[in-house]
Amino acid sequence: MCTSIVEIVGAEGAGKGDEGWFSLTHAVVSYDHPHHALLEEAITIDFMSSALGPGARVAVELTLRSAKELSGALSRAITAAEREEAARRRRVQGQSHD
Amino acid sequence: MAYEGMIAERISINGDKNEPISAYAARPLGPGPFPGIVLIHHLPGWDEWYREATRKFAHHGYAAISHNLYHRAGEGKADDVAAKVRAEGGVPDAQVIGDTEGAVAWLRAQPYHNGKVGVFGTCSGGRHTFLHACHTKNIDAALDLWGGRVVMGKDELTEKQPTAPIEFTKNLSCPLLGLFGNDDRAPSPEQVDQHEAELKKHGKAYEFHRYDDAGHGFFYYDRPMYRVEQALDGWQKVFSFLQKHLAA
Repeated sequence: MCTSIVEIVGAEGAGKGDEGWFSLTHAVVSYDHPHHALLEEAITIDFMSSALGPGARVAVELTLRSAKELSGALSRAITAAEREEAARRRRVQGQSHD
Repeated sequence: MAYEGMIAERISINGDKNEPISAYAARPLGPGPFPGIVLIHHLPGWDEWYREATRKFAHHGYAAISHNLYHRAGEGKADDVAAKVRAEGGVPDAQVIGDTEGAVAWLRAQPYHNGKVGVFGTCSGGRHTFLHACHTKNIDAALDLWGGRVVMGKDELTEKQPTAPIEFTKNLSCPLLGLFGNDDRAPSPEQVDQHEAELKKHGKAYEFHRYDDAGHGFFYYDRPMYRVEQALDGWQKVFSFLQKHLAA
């Protein structure tokens, strides 16, 4: 299958590749031929830096089921993180009124 | 016992707009003349399978060249380079046609060449093979192996891939061989039907072979989609087709 399922998003943060840590510029999510996983198609995720060469890449190839579980875990972690951040903002605002 | 030997090496050729791009060339030792074959690599990149396939054609008596469509993305492991190209939205169709014409010209300039050239590609390389064959009069045979997205919906068209290759069918300039798996979804059997109908409509010379119990990429012995019987038959079809159209 040659799909055109590709999602590209900007990414701020860092990834660890072959040559150590590097700053990310974007992430690419696709559903296509994996290079390594023994699957006909896989959800592939690449964390990359457009400023660096092709080797600046953190790659994973997942089954659809694993990708769904990862997506759920990300959503739950993000929801919890946003709750935490909101509580912290309230604490900071409370202190500034004291 | 006949002497048998081969030379296989990485070289530089002039690609689209005369830009230098890397390529891997293999041929039997000896003066020739050898028929030529250009291999257009697949979406996973200019990788080991394509090096092996290039040497396979040389083993069968062809002067073979596989040019690197991803050269401009930089040096690196094939999978990393392919990922970088995907992140950039792929390579432009027009550039692929220019790069492939450069590989054909390189073959035609070699003193051991017999004057005939075929173009072979799998996956996206199959699509590119058909596309190139509709934009040149410089080749004698085209081999599209499970090329997806020859038929494209309007929502799939991009600046880099502005026209569905099927639209160019009337300009196909040489005989076409197509090998497809009936379990494939890109191209689906229905899309292969559409492509075949268009070839018939324009009176083009073609041979399509469709395999049951095979999906996409059934030649790739290192992937789960490998199907040994279908692959062996498919390779026979490839070499018979080339023998028919590239003998001097």
